[in-house]
Amino acid sequence: MAETIDVGTHAGDDHGHDHHHEETFWSKYVFSTDHKMIGMQYMFTGMFMALIGGFFAYAFRMQLAFPGMDVPFWGIVTPAEYNALITNHGAIMIFWVAMPVLIAAFGNFLIPLMIGCDDMVFPKLNRLSYQIFLLSAVVLLASFVVENGGFGGAWTSYPPLSAKHEYSLTPLGSSLWITAVALEFVAFLIGGINFVTTAMNSRAPGMKLYDIPMVVWMIVVASILFMASVGPLIAGAIMLFMDQNLGTHFFDPNAGGDPILWQHLFWFFGHPEVYVVLLPATGITAEVMCVFARKKLFAYRTVLYTTFGTGVLSFTVWAHHQFIAGIDPRMAHVFTITTLLISIPIAEMMFVYIATLYGGDIRLKTPMLWALAFIAEFLIGGVTGIFLGASGADIYFHDTYFVLAHFHYTFFPIAIIGVYAGVTFWYPKMFGKMMNDTLGKIHFWGTIIPFNCIFIPLFVLGAAGQHRRIHDFTQYPELAQYQDVRVFATVSLVIMLLFQFVFIYNFFMSLRKGKDAGPNPWNSTTLEWTTESPPGHGNWKELPTVYRGPYEYQVPGRDKDFWPQNEPN
Amino acid sequence: MIERYLEQVSTYAGDIDGLINLIAWFVGVWFLVAEFVFFYLIFKFRHREGHKGEYITGEEKHQKRFITIPHFLVLVCDIFIIIGAVRVWVDVKQTLPPADATVRIIGQQWAWSFVHPGPDGELDTADDIKTVESLNTEVGKVYHFQLESRDVLHDFSVPVFRLKQDAIPGRIISGWWKATKTGEWDIQCAEICGIGHGVMRARIKVQSAAEHASWMHENSPVASIASAN
Repeated sequence: MAETIDVGTHAGDDHGHDHHHEETFWSKYVFSTDHKMIGMQYMFTGMFMALIGGFFAYAFRMQLAFPGMDVPFWGIVTPAEYNALITNHGAIMIFWVAMPVLIAAFGNFLIPLMIGCDDMVFPKLNRLSYQIFLLSAVVLLASFVVENGGFGGAWTSYPPLSAKHEYSLTPLGSSLWITAVALEFVAFLIGGINFVTTAMNSRAPGMKLYDIPMVVWMIVVASILFMASVGPLIAGAIMLFMDQNLGTHFFDPNAGGDPILWQHLFWFFGHPEVYVVLLPATGITAEVMCVFARKKLFAYRTVLYTTFGTGVLSFTVWAHHQFIAGIDPRMAHVFTITTLLISIPIAEMMFVYIATLYGGDIRLKTPMLWALAFIAEFLIGGVTGIFLGASGADIYFHDTYFVLAHFHYTFFPIAIIGVYAGVTFWYPKMFGKMMNDTLGKIHFWGTIIPFNCIFIPLFVLGAAGQHRRIHDFTQYPELAQYQDVRVFATVSLVIMLLFQFVFIYNFFMSLRKGKDAGPNPWNSTTLEWTTESPPGHGNWKELPTVYRGPYEYQVPGRDKDFWPQNEPN
Repeated sequence: MIERYLEQVSTYAGDIDGLINLIAWFVGVWFLVAEFVFFYLIFKFRHREGHKGEYITGEEKHQKRFITIPHFLVLVCDIFIIIGAVRVWVDVKQTLPPADATVRIIGQQWAWSFVHPGPDGELDTADDIKTVESLNTEVGKVYHFQLESRDVLHDFSVPVFRLKQDAIPGRIISGWWKATKTGEWDIQCAEICGIGHGVMRARIKVQSAAEHASWMHENSPVASIASAN
């Protein structure tokens, strides 16, 4: 209860109390209520899960390129294992990598620092959120080692395949999987409450709504989208679990249930979810671009309104995933219109970012390369989405590799490029050290070039009619001829994965040997750069006061090319 | 675009390909323009010693023009694409032309089975022909299908027809095609349906009228009994 009483005072009782205690290893690293430490916990857990998700991609792509052969570090990939690998690759990358790193890690680390307060409004709730998330990751990993192996019904887990063990043949794996997903949703539901409440209530004196940095706004809007969409799916997950284990028939048509019901519940959440992870990555890009182009964000208010517009529209598009699902064909018209309409705020956002470069003084440091790559690559994801939102064209493209390539061109910029932009940009603030820029650039090119080599060919395979989730395409006379393309994509993936070790090396080597960063190595204007790096417990010795918006670069009549938010006139 | 990789074998394949080409033109132009401007700006405004950037808020009307005009042009393109998509969808999925024959298609873990009308042209009569993993049809005839599933979701996909439709347990879903040439092509299951999903394949044979009549005569149980007598 103490937490709720202290909303307006920046600190809960327990939090203020912490200042007076000697911190132990357990209180500092494991049971901390400090938003920065919880952010780190989310980040490292997310990165660990990314290694697992990446390894799964390696294993199933090797099977596709060299069917039936031993995959190094795995062995023969059986059809059941193949299904489990693709299912969990998708689920892990979205729920256990993109969500924890983009929303939870950056949200936790950045919101209090960027709005000028000392912690989240509900620190204990914040810790609980991470603990439930960690539990969900453990439950998910456990689903792999139980009898009959992990769940293999795709990350969308459509019933009846997912609802009946006699269809999925993975009784324990399926139940653990859906339990893990439900726990993960609960964790982020709790975390989101903190983000919205903190950003709206704990801003530094003088910080008006239009002075809030764009990444904070975007994380807040993303949290609201998540909270508004996830409830039905948590209910759906419980219903699915009950169908699996308690003999209910919510999704069983033989007993009055309906398998399509799950699709509505899933996609009513699933499509806003794209924007839940997209918005933080877009916000990170805005911050990085302004700093390295030394430019004010072009039309801040327009970006903000398009963010709200995208959020609202994201709730109206879900059934474009169900054009050919056997529901009334007339509904396709409505969802074609809403889906194509959402291209307008997103296109406008991209135009704004491109316009921000105009008149800049662009420095191509590693974080900026990632931010620019986000735009260049996301454009491909954006424009290819139009094919799938147009009902008539989706008849052909639905469930082909074209879809797969399209969403990797949206999710890779979001979950990988956006994360790398954020980590390389805020690393000096997080750890007080600079990352090696040369190694950063090697890692950048070693990731971006192979990424395109993986997924551009997959557009071609999709256009040629290759469907998803099939473990050996050489069995299909019309698809066997493209085996060289599959080998090329797989080799590109292996190269890309190998280059990730450059990042891991750079990350840990820089912790030990990196140059001291100082409080503001990038000459940035936002509040997080006005305190020491890394910030101590409580963030500031004295909380800042805000005098202006977040992107005042190149202001005429000033000597320095940046004007921090907390610097008086 | 698609026709470079796969034959067009149904009457509506060309319409779907045409829509895909229309979208490809619209989004292709936007994509190229956006990427060109993007890379041009990066090059033009790259950091140079002694050069100072400009202070542009983007909030004034003459500045906003640079995003509002493209934004309205995107809306116009969207309207054309929506019209194209709706027209194709109505023809392919919403309006079924009168049928010359009806077949039943049944998906189950992990095989497709088919019920063809026999010589009497009606389903659910004694001369129906049942097959597994092979669907025999006649060129130039409008076929309606009744798609069913016995267990989980499947998806009946014939890429050369540009035809795809989920099969849902508990429902009978109707659709149609009219093949334009004879030959034999892949049927795939496009919805994950368990560990055998990858091997749930079948072939569609489009035959000439004479070939199909002969196949029907040879395979119909009633015709076989009649000729045996």
